[in-house]
Amino acid sequence: MPVYSLIIINKAGGLVYQREFQPGLRKLSTNDYLVLAGTFHGVHAITRSITPKIPNQNAVSVTSSTTQTPTPTTTAAAAAAASPSSTSVLSPSSTSIPTPTPTPTPLSTTSTTTPALPPSTSTPSNATYTYPIPNLPLSGLETLESDKFTLTCFQTLTGTKFLLFTDPQMANIEGIMKTVYELYADYVMKNPFYQLEMPVRCEAFERGVGGFLRARG
Amino acid sequence: MSHPPRHSSMLSISNNVQTAATPSEKPLPPTQLQATSQTPPGLRVPSNRKTIYDRHLNRTRNGELSRASFAFLFGEMVTYAQRRVTGIQDLERRLNEQGYPLGLRLLDLLFYRTTSSTSSSALSSSSTSASPPNRPLRILPLLHLIHGPLWRQLFNRSADALEHSISPDTPNEYMITDNDPLVNTYISVPKEMNQLSCAAFVAGIIEGVCDGCGFEAKVSAHNQPSELWPSRTIFLLRFGDSVMEREKVLERAGVK
Repeated sequence: MPVYSLIIINKAGGLVYQREFQPGLRKLSTNDYLVLAGTFHGVHAITRSITPKIPNQNAVSVTSSTTQTPTPTTTAAAAAAASPSSTSVLSPSSTSIPTPTPTPTPLSTTSTTTPALPPSTSTPSNATYTYPIPNLPLSGLETLESDKFTLTCFQTLTGTKFLLFTDPQMANIEGIMKTVYELYADYVMKNPFYQLEMPVRCEAFERGVGGFLRARG
Repeated sequence: MSHPPRHSSMLSISNNVQTAATPSEKPLPPTQLQATSQTPPGLRVPSNRKTIYDRHLNRTRNGELSRASFAFLFGEMVTYAQRRVTGIQDLERRLNEQGYPLGLRLLDLLFYRTTSSTSSSALSSSSTSASPPNRPLRILPLLHLIHGPLWRQLFNRSADALEHSISPDTPNEYMITDNDPLVNTYISVPKEMNQLSCAAFVAGIIEGVCDGCGFEAKVSAHNQPSELWPSRTIFLLRFGDSVMEREKVLERAGVK
């Protein structure tokens, strides 16, 4: 159950690191790898934007009796608290919060009471839907499975993407990814000779990654 | 004309050195300075009026530091030293110079802590009768001090080897080996600079300690990678002629 290959893409979509860990893989030219990295970067951005939106049906039925005003405080409080199914729990607490609006008009609109949007998109105007995993910011493609390999993508907070090509039977890819990320944070980011966003040429990182991933293979 | 002009007082607020440089003008009292500017110059004093100098020196004796923050700090020190250098030698010299004052100061702290750990009460009761600090007089005790206590204070473990040069031409050369220096753990030197060892900083510390003890020495760091230890580093200590002469005299006199 080996790890086949590791690719690191910087936040601009450029290839900064590529290494194979198993012999006998078909070789791509350097240019092909660069194209692959750029293409994946684009596909990742597209998958991020086409994340399905789920219409928020249950929020309408549950909170039809509550009266609230469309203020940022209520949505923020609700979004911080819980998932969309628990809106009825939230309504007492949100009414107790003093809202900045001087005269709270009794409204029973569905858009105001829909909580638990991702923080990046939580505006009251388009709050009639939710994402498959609320409370999580949008990510893009995470895994791609085929009968020959599994591609796992992990995106860091700064936009660097780690791509791991593994055997389909392989378990605990998340743990491997975490260790690879740790090695990257240690041996690449703490190296004073590494220039940000440039190709990774760090001996210690090569050693660490090679030692870790070969041992798995 | 007793009051200095306004602009000079402004200058003295922004830069305290200015007042010292112009003794003819009457400097403002410190209270007035603080009243005029919200951020008084010089040492910043916390709200409880206790500075770092008010703390007991042994307070941080067993304190632990974050390895990651040290790595980032040292990385920035290397980047800083790398500016406007002419070559690898120059860069190593700069790193050495950064470590040197640290070695001088560490030596005092080391002696203070080793004596106070054995007789902490004697030190406070009478300073004269306290056991004399174990200041090394010969080269070998000095090397043991560096190999053991200094390394333990810096890196929490002893160095890995201590050797004397076997060549008869260079009896003044000693080598201290560290299999995995902390400063080089996260650093990968690019291929075109492979002579460089960032442990030159540690070499500077050692040099400071030697000079502080009265042993004039030049210390340099060299990479000696082995199969098992890819970042093995050897610190080469070259003692000056005066030290070697004194060493011979002390040997004849039987001083340990």
